[in-house]
Amino acid sequence: MTAVVEQAAPDGAPLGDRRRNVWKQLLRNPSVLIGGGVLLAIALLGLLAPLLGTIDPAAINPSNRNKNPGTEISMRLDDGTKVERTAWMGTDTLGRDVYSRVLYGARISLIVGISVAAISIAVGLFIGLVSGYIRWLDGIVMRVMDGLMAIPAILLAIALVSLWGAGLFTVIIAIVVPEVPRVVRLVRSVVLSIREEPYVEAAISLGTPTPVLMVRHIMPNTVAPLIVQGTYICASAILVEAILSFLGIGIPSIIPTWGNIMAEGRQLFRVFPHNILFPGIFLALTVLAVNIMGDGLRDTLDPKMAKRAG
Amino acid sequence: MLTFIGRRLFATIPVVGMVALFVFLMLRMTPADPAAIIAGDYATTEQIAEIREKLGLNKPLHEQFVIWVGRVVQGDFGESFFFKKTVASLIAQRLEPTIALAVVTIVLSVLIAVPIGVLAAWRQGSWVDRTVMGFSVMGFSVPVFVVGYALIFIFSVRLDWLPVQGYVRIGEDFGAFLERLILPAITLSVIYIALIARISRASVLEVLNEDYIRTARAKGLSNRVVLMKHALRNAAVPIVTVIGIGIALLIGGVVVTESVYNIPGLGRLTVDAVTGRDYPTIQAVILLFSVAYVGVNLVIDLVYTLLDPRIRY
Repeated sequence: MTAVVEQAAPDGAPLGDRRRNVWKQLLRNPSVLIGGGVLLAIALLGLLAPLLGTIDPAAINPSNRNKNPGTEISMRLDDGTKVERTAWMGTDTLGRDVYSRVLYGARISLIVGISVAAISIAVGLFIGLVSGYIRWLDGIVMRVMDGLMAIPAILLAIALVSLWGAGLFTVIIAIVVPEVPRVVRLVRSVVLSIREEPYVEAAISLGTPTPVLMVRHIMPNTVAPLIVQGTYICASAILVEAILSFLGIGIPSIIPTWGNIMAEGRQLFRVFPHNILFPGIFLALTVLAVNIMGDGLRDTLDPKMAKRAG
Repeated sequence: MLTFIGRRLFATIPVVGMVALFVFLMLRMTPADPAAIIAGDYATTEQIAEIREKLGLNKPLHEQFVIWVGRVVQGDFGESFFFKKTVASLIAQRLEPTIALAVVTIVLSVLIAVPIGVLAAWRQGSWVDRTVMGFSVMGFSVPVFVVGYALIFIFSVRLDWLPVQGYVRIGEDFGAFLERLILPAITLSVIYIALIARISRASVLEVLNEDYIRTARAKGLSNRVVLMKHALRNAAVPIVTVIGIGIALLIGGVVVTESVYNIPGLGRLTVDAVTGRDYPTIQAVILLFSVAYVGVNLVIDLVYTLLDPRIRY
């Protein structure tokens, strides 16, 4: 993994042109377009949920319990007016509208995915840069990272959540911890290969202070692989959050998340599979979109890695 | 060779040590009293005091660690107050279903994934290749429990071919045992197959351009011999590596699959322990799974030398 941004453009092109070139290439890559498009659509569904014919996703209505998809339901709002709605995705055992819950659930999944990716990359980048450059620290940091990586990711997240208690923030951090070592390894491998480059030696001989050297000359080389890695982290974080919620140890069940909707649908799924079907489809579609986008980004930004992964 | 095995064994000690340290610190780093946490929500003051005495919680931290490691090495993980049993006996009871599920899954995955990976590489760019790669991306994206419920719904509820959930011990009734293990094993193998097929394809593709493959073809060897003997053998190292690394995915999947199919194994135990706030059990399970993961990868490292005599350490 070496200077990868440069490879995307013919050598000698001015920096601005090169960046524009990368953008152009990205927008021409079908995987990036399809994945990004689907993701954007889901993000819009989540953001615009209040405008899309949803009702309060937490509103319990005993007379609407366990309705199959497509049933007409009526709801009395707080101000006394009555509304008629078609429950496109049916209702759950408490009479809540699954369509509304799925749409609002998109928000949580995307928040978790994006924050986990951003936080683990920030933390991993910092630790990786420092340990790749300060040799005496390297050994200690890498032993700790090896130890963390020896604990299967979901188990580590489960353990952390069990200690910190369930909640959006604790779930995010619990998913970040197992991801950090992977980012650290990636960053460190870039640092170790770039450190020997002539331009870094030149910078050192000019008396560039180490922090400036790292930020200016080494960090830019990590951008492309980190963007790719971040996409994959985002996908896996969305999955892990859903798994934690599904197991009943993630985000508290009052918040509508895809995992929670499915967890509540478990008991009656043989009769009313829609409680698992619809959030399941949305979850799989979202993760698929992120993964496809990741593959596209990898092919454009990081051709060496693309070759290795096939 | 012996020095290599010795050196490799020695290298896992710090890793296992780090894991043990994490698991140990898990409880000590919380602001609450570890004795009270271990004793569970319904413990009396005397019980808490007894635990504090037993674990040496009033001693300095490093001494506590030594005491704790000493007990763990003897297989003593303490008492589960939630299940009212020693953690060791609890784990012994739950071991069989998990091992059975894992073994069946690994065998199934390797038998399916490697051939389709090789096939995809051989027919690169064809519809076979695109199907395999498409399945691979799907396999990474569809969550384990959605696969599980979809399979239960189709094969058990609608078609009524297989029993819905549960587990029968292998010694009791082998037929029933297999019948109940098929769906969980397929569920769990989806992501694993995706992973192995992808790497098999990539590493065989890399090898297919080598000169000796052309020579083998020129000699008039059949495609099967060229692929299986020349290509696969040389592509084996990355494939075996990923089978080992994938164990981590598998362990995560076990936790979910056992919950979906109501299998009384270690994964189910993990979830029950977390919901019951049963920390001694959580610690034991995490340590056990991690050591198993590290152990499998150690064995795989040693297998390399058999697969590829060029590797000399």
